[in-house]
Amino acid sequence: MKFSILVNEGPYTHEASDTAYQFVKAALAKGHEIYRVFFYHDGVNNGTRLTVPPQDDRNIVKRWSELAAQHKLDLVLCIAAAQRRGLMDKSEAKRNGKDADNLAPGFRISGLGQLIEAGIQADRLVVFGD
Amino acid sequence: MTEENAGGVAKRFLYVNRRAPYGSIYALESLEVVLIGAAFEQDVSLAFIGDGVYQLTKGQDTKGLEVKNFSPTYRALEDYDVTKLYVDEEALQSRGLSEADLVVPVEVVSAQRMAEIMESQDVILSF
Repeated sequence: MKFSILVNEGPYTHEASDTAYQFVKAALAKGHEIYRVFFYHDGVNNGTRLTVPPQDDRNIVKRWSELAAQHKLDLVLCIAAAQRRGLMDKSEAKRNGKDADNLAPGFRISGLGQLIEAGIQADRLVVFGD
Repeated sequence: MTEENAGGVAKRFLYVNRRAPYGSIYALESLEVVLIGAAFEQDVSLAFIGDGVYQLTKGQDTKGLEVKNFSPTYRALEDYDVTKLYVDEEALQSRGLSEADLVVPVEVVSAQRMAEIMESQDVILSF
């Protein structure tokens, strides 16, 4: 089956990102396809490479990046939600006159249309949130 | 046919609004998805349950909150061909509201009817 995933909460405060990650991993292990993982609301905070969790805790952002590299996942942050919350790739930082960018490897920033398209293309869209 | 819809797939999308309009960003960002999604020419419905019914109430005044009052945007949904708005009857009644208190025409439905509406969808986005 072809799944699309929507993550609506940021890392650590809520379990949504953890659960989504475990779901994606389990689905891939069962041979399912993940069409896209879309991050919205505070979910965009899953895509900052500047998180530094304590060493004895899971690194949620790094975990997503590694899974993306391993399975060629399409991890997409909503651009409007990302801009509100200070998530930038190099070109967005330049365009907005910011002196830094913070997008983690394996993530990209794009429009909400990518969420709708993910819903159209997938057999199931699964929402992880509060 | 738009480029996005080039596959010719028209799916039934339901946006479920569960939260009050202010206090968190979910309602506003949900509306942003609805407006963007309208360009994809899918079969769109909106459901308002729980505190979500407050999103549609008349007379919202956000001056003191210093946030934008986005309730007029619901009246623009018709221009985007988004006309199926379902409101949970019990959620309205338990908050002392009626259809006359809302900024747009809606269909007030029972919990059972709402369940049937949800059951008939292809994609449900819950905010």
